[in-house]
Amino acid sequence: MLQQAFDGLVSGAFYALLALGLAVIFGMLGVVNFAHGAFYMLGAFGAYVLLDHWGVSFWIALPVVPVVLGVVGVAVERLLVRRLAALDPLYNFLLTFGIALVLQDLVKREYGVQSQPYPRPSALSGSVNLGLFSYPSYRVFVLGVAVVACLVVWYALSRTRAGMIVRAATERPELTRALGIDVGRWVTPVFGAGIALAGLAGVLAAPMRAVNPLMGSDLIIAVFAVVVIGGLGSIFGSVVSGFAVGVLTAVTNFYLPSLSQTLVFILMVVVLLWRPAGLFGREEGVA
Amino acid sequence: MLRIDRLSAWYGEAQALREVSLEVGEGEIVTLVGRNGAGKTTLLRCVMGLHSQAEGTVEFLGADVSRLAPHRRARRGLGYVPDDRGIYANLSVEENLLLPPVAGPKPWSLDQVYDTFPRLRERRRSPGTRLSGGEQQMLALARVLRMGARLLLCDEPTEGLSPLIVQQIGGILRDVKDQGVTVLLIEQNVHFAATVADRHYLLAEGRIAESMDNAEVKAREHELLGYLGI
Repeated sequence: MLQQAFDGLVSGAFYALLALGLAVIFGMLGVVNFAHGAFYMLGAFGAYVLLDHWGVSFWIALPVVPVVLGVVGVAVERLLVRRLAALDPLYNFLLTFGIALVLQDLVKREYGVQSQPYPRPSALSGSVNLGLFSYPSYRVFVLGVAVVACLVVWYALSRTRAGMIVRAATERPELTRALGIDVGRWVTPVFGAGIALAGLAGVLAAPMRAVNPLMGSDLIIAVFAVVVIGGLGSIFGSVVSGFAVGVLTAVTNFYLPSLSQTLVFILMVVVLLWRPAGLFGREEGVA
Repeated sequence: MLRIDRLSAWYGEAQALREVSLEVGEGEIVTLVGRNGAGKTTLLRCVMGLHSQAEGTVEFLGADVSRLAPHRRARRGLGYVPDDRGIYANLSVEENLLLPPVAGPKPWSLDQVYDTFPRLRERRRSPGTRLSGGEQQMLALARVLRMGARLLLCDEPTEGLSPLIVQQIGGILRDVKDQGVTVLLIEQNVHFAATVADRHYLLAEGRIAESMDNAEVKAREHELLGYLGI
């Protein structure tokens, strides 16, 4: 049971990393980034390709792949998303959905739909004794990296002027412009950073999850639910809700395995009925 | 200081403003009164550049700002206080104050803000939206004063507040005026409007129906209140 909860924290870490980027991008651009899952998938494939073609180790891939994908994210924002920014958000929704499909199919063409093997880094192949049970060290590592990444993001958002501006622009983009801040200038780096986080989650997933072109689209639907539960546009909410959903799903899996896949959506419905703006969301129109 | 010339605005097919022209001189407090839906908020949003379906000219400090993005207008000294006060829940009281860049020759210091609004000092670390309605209104005003805004655009700052706080806001607006700041104020409370403002525009169905001075507003208070449906 405790071990299940720990598994839940690990899968919650993936939710949190992905939800964090989605929440910030949604808040600032009003765009539901459907390509987020595809970038997660590219993160895993990036690590796989680096190892398979050039023998580049996990430890190099871990920082390099997210940075490269972050740059790709910047390019996508600059060249594509920005052009549609003035239109109904639906256009960008369709654009990112299209990007997701194109990326998925490109990878599928090259590698097919079967899962590619990616070994755990040898330094983390064993397990560690956590007192009550022993646990694969790689998963402990994943949890650690995710927590550190969330803390770094938290620090940047809560303790720096840039973070303050991002928080303000995520909560009320239009008002923030009216208060003299060029929100558009901040959108590009934020988009890139969100994509880099998705890439990081992807690299971390490679050694423990099936690396295949559909891994992102399978996960991203649940992540959308996580973001809605946390409160659209709420950065803190998305992280808390990510870990909470991970743990609850794992515990449910222990008692009621048949329910565990749907649980996140049931939670979403319950939260929406109870608090339409999500757990940490701001009610529209309430001052 | 602010000159609006034949400003029209639409929401889709519906026209909200019809060739509105008005002027606000330096150091003046001017109110816009009018029924709900008369176009008052739309007018302020157009001045700020937040409403894209608009035609006409907005001149601020002698320069045409009609084509400028909202943040550029703010940086020239327009201080926007929206109708919902626009306090960020994800920012502390102090961060709410520090968010806008300084945009005028005489920005208030944080100390000056806190001396004027002691309550904000006490609550400076709490999330902005934990404040009471009146305190949030003070914060919204203090925020644009900290910016050093030269023209405040206030959308019904007294709405829903107790008479005591309304009085306080009146006092602040008069102080601010004494410091040379100009104010364009949306106000339903005609009585209050006459105590703080120099001149008044009555907006009806997207047009300026009348321009009045204080004496006229006082003399016609009952008639105006009846018209506004209060």
